[in-house]
Amino acid sequence: MSHEHVEVRAGAYADSVALLQVSRTVAGTPGVEAAQVAMATDLNLEVLAQMGFTLPATTPDAMVVALRLADADALPAALAAVDAALVRRRSDTTAEVAPHRTTRAALREHGGDLALVSVPGSGAFLEAMDALDADRDVMVFSDNVPLAQEVALKRTAAERGLLVMGPDCGTAVVGGVGLGFANVVEPGPVGLVAASGTGCQQLLALLDRAGVGVASALGVGGRDLSAEVGGLATLEALRRLDADPAVEVIVLVSKPPAPEVGEAVERAAAALSTPVELALLGPGRADLTEVAERVVTRLGLSVDLAPSGTARAAVDGTLVRGLYVGGTLAQEAALLLADGTGTTVGRAAADLAGPGHAVVDFGDDELTVGRAHPMIDPTLRDEHLARVLADPATGAVVLDVVLGHGAEADPAAGLAPLVAGSAVPVVVALVGTRGDPQGHDAQAAALVAAGAEVHPSNAAAVRRALALALSPAGGAA
Amino acid sequence: MSSPAPTPERVTTSGIALLSDALVDQAVAVDRVDWRPPMPGTEADLVTVAGDPLRRTANARALEAVLGVQATLVDVAPASEVLGLGRGEFLHAGPPITWDRASGPLRGGLMAGAAFEGLVDDPEAAPASFADGTFTLGPCHHRGAVGPMAGVVTPSMWMFVLEDPETGRRTYCSLNEGLGKVLRYGAYSPDVLERLRWMADVLGPLLRAAVRAKAADTSPKGGAVDVTGILTQMLQMGDEAHNRNRAGTLMLLRDLAPYLVTAGPDAGFSADDVAAALAFVGGNDHFFLNLAMPACKLALDAARGIEGATLVVAMARNGTDFGIQTAGTGDEWFTGPAQVAEGLFLGDYGPDDANPDIGDSAITETAGIGGFAMATAPAIVRLVGGSVPDALATTRRMHEITLGENPRWQVPVLEFQGTPTGIDVSLVCRTGILPQINTGMAGKVAGVGQVGAGLVTPPAEIFPAALARLAELARARG
Repeated sequence: MSHEHVEVRAGAYADSVALLQVSRTVAGTPGVEAAQVAMATDLNLEVLAQMGFTLPATTPDAMVVALRLADADALPAALAAVDAALVRRRSDTTAEVAPHRTTRAALREHGGDLALVSVPGSGAFLEAMDALDADRDVMVFSDNVPLAQEVALKRTAAERGLLVMGPDCGTAVVGGVGLGFANVVEPGPVGLVAASGTGCQQLLALLDRAGVGVASALGVGGRDLSAEVGGLATLEALRRLDADPAVEVIVLVSKPPAPEVGEAVERAAAALSTPVELALLGPGRADLTEVAERVVTRLGLSVDLAPSGTARAAVDGTLVRGLYVGGTLAQEAALLLADGTGTTVGRAAADLAGPGHAVVDFGDDELTVGRAHPMIDPTLRDEHLARVLADPATGAVVLDVVLGHGAEADPAAGLAPLVAGSAVPVVVALVGTRGDPQGHDAQAAALVAAGAEVHPSNAAAVRRALALALSPAGGAA
Repeated sequence: MSSPAPTPERVTTSGIALLSDALVDQAVAVDRVDWRPPMPGTEADLVTVAGDPLRRTANARALEAVLGVQATLVDVAPASEVLGLGRGEFLHAGPPITWDRASGPLRGGLMAGAAFEGLVDDPEAAPASFADGTFTLGPCHHRGAVGPMAGVVTPSMWMFVLEDPETGRRTYCSLNEGLGKVLRYGAYSPDVLERLRWMADVLGPLLRAAVRAKAADTSPKGGAVDVTGILTQMLQMGDEAHNRNRAGTLMLLRDLAPYLVTAGPDAGFSADDVAAALAFVGGNDHFFLNLAMPACKLALDAARGIEGATLVVAMARNGTDFGIQTAGTGDEWFTGPAQVAEGLFLGDYGPDDANPDIGDSAITETAGIGGFAMATAPAIVRLVGGSVPDALATTRRMHEITLGENPRWQVPVLEFQGTPTGIDVSLVCRTGILPQINTGMAGKVAGVGQVGAGLVTPPAEIFPAALARLAELARARG
């Protein structure tokens, strides 16, 4: 036989929302079949009547506690539950403010100066457009952004006088701040426009070595000078650098552009008040090191390209095998080897065990599916390096070590044991500046101690490796 | 750009954490975006819409238009006069629906309306005439009106008339009946009809007399009631103007009471009638809701028909379907099944008794208040057993899916930040964050009335559907 308890608490008050919650809590107490704790308004009294409670005499300003219990013994516990629920207060908890979910929202609240986008390629367009909508420049580190989206972004940017660096822009220095894989540079008279990430880094490193500082290095992405994109970012970057009073010479680094784009860029360059050094990379053209030397010479300085350490003596093997993390550096190595040997140079990972010279870019899209870039995670290159060093057909190994923000903290530590445990001559292109967080000189010293020959110039390293591979065993190159 | 390549002091980053860390190492302030993939299947449409050359300007225009509207209460009049509603015509909340698909509370409201109009003697006799099309149905939104819950409007019901003085545009809403067993929650018992008759015979005409007298008063305290202004104040007094309208109701009463007292007798009403009207309005915490809603609609309607704009101009439910309309897609509704709210229940009622979401009142959230202004009304969060930090987080979260902030409507506890205004279909699809709606819950059986209150979101799929249409239109423009 269930037991009904209805009590009127004159002078008690809580708002209806709180009382709904109290009623629910009390209804969940063992022994309670139904509970309604409410102010005695007409509406609430009607609800009580519907629930089958006997209505007490009351005024609307009083609180009614109505309980239906399994038996009378449950009453003390039920009333205790009512009181507990009425006084319950949540402990003060300050929720952490959730981060913004779009570049748009973050820019609206915080008003950043520019945006850096490195989300997966399929999502990069929207984040980059957020930046342009907020009248901000944007660097798009993401790769795999469809060409049509790049064109749309850059056309929008061009209408608004904004700069889109990328997509697939690995590095930039904007007003001294490094973005992406960025080397630490001193401020100075050079302004770079680069359609190539590691190409830009090679120049930064060599300029730094010559004591030449850099005002800005604006990446534009590898497709900017294609016919489809039309050099829109390059043209904007040239205008920016021309307007920067700190810039005395502009260097434009790119693969050879589409002819009509090349003409447009050359016309634009000629109209600037700042001299522009065009460095177009490709077969039969100047390598990155020659470009750096031209710039340094123009400024009345010179760059010391002497290596540290000396490679081991030549071995029986005759093949040069290049294992790179930098795409442009790998491309330059392949070109120089093809040029120096008159042979085709293999570019696939399998070619490292093949019958000819081979240069592999471990940062290539195909080799980074599901894994981080080798500048961050060198595991894959290390595996291949161990195999190549153990292969009697290998005459010399050339590889790059790229320093700077974003890159591995101590790349030499992983490479040194591999190099030290092999008789094969190893030549390293160490691309970095004195200010880089890894410590340029310490990295060089560790590699030299392991038996490597360390060059500041990739081109010089490649030529040296080729000479070593072609030398008779035991002889010096 | 003023400077060629200025040193960035603050960078917004999305994606790889390492690249953000590298900036922190260079003493650059970094705002990290918590990027996540968009709603499945929306990638291509998002790109199309983001790349639409009309979009940025269209959305800016749409938002500006919404924020520029001031809603004033200029009249109170029967629906037959101001909406041209004829005998046998019924308006309802939400997107269009037919009787066969109508939910319990909508049917109950329509049955009450039929009896109230004298079309049938007994509400139970009405369904046949709805089923055979003798009585016709249409959405409030299609007549410039909004209706809470069932939203049933019949010719004899009295409507608030709101006007934007700049343009003369008007919107309408019925008078609020109070809580519990009321028509808008689907109840149709004799006391419900009795109250409706009193509202039509006494309350409506009295309010008309007072509203007109105040509007005609050229003294400083006169002039049309500034509904937008009251909303500004009540949002700083613990009301979010959807589930909590207590301060707004009392401010309205403060504005109208002197004119009720003076103009009432002139219109032929007794002191008892005036006292009853004052008691009715003052005793119904939700009375102002029926002014907040048409004020929100008046603002949002200003953005309708702007080509390329992705702003949501209406969210509305008929108890079966939840529908949205956007600025750039004309009168088209994008609908999905209405959800059941999560919340607290009256008496013995439980989730099984509740009808899916119903009412045009989500127009408040569409305009940036209600659930979007939860932070200013922490008490509402307890409807789902939440906490004050939850309320702050909800309002902050709504800023992620809105185009801007309302400088008039501010939330003191968030440093007077403006309420999140202008839901962007694209941002909803990008973030997967759904609009948060505060709502009452009607019983699913016709005639029951209110069973609870709580929080609800729209069905997610209607936003990708609207986005797809916006993308289609953008592609067609080339």
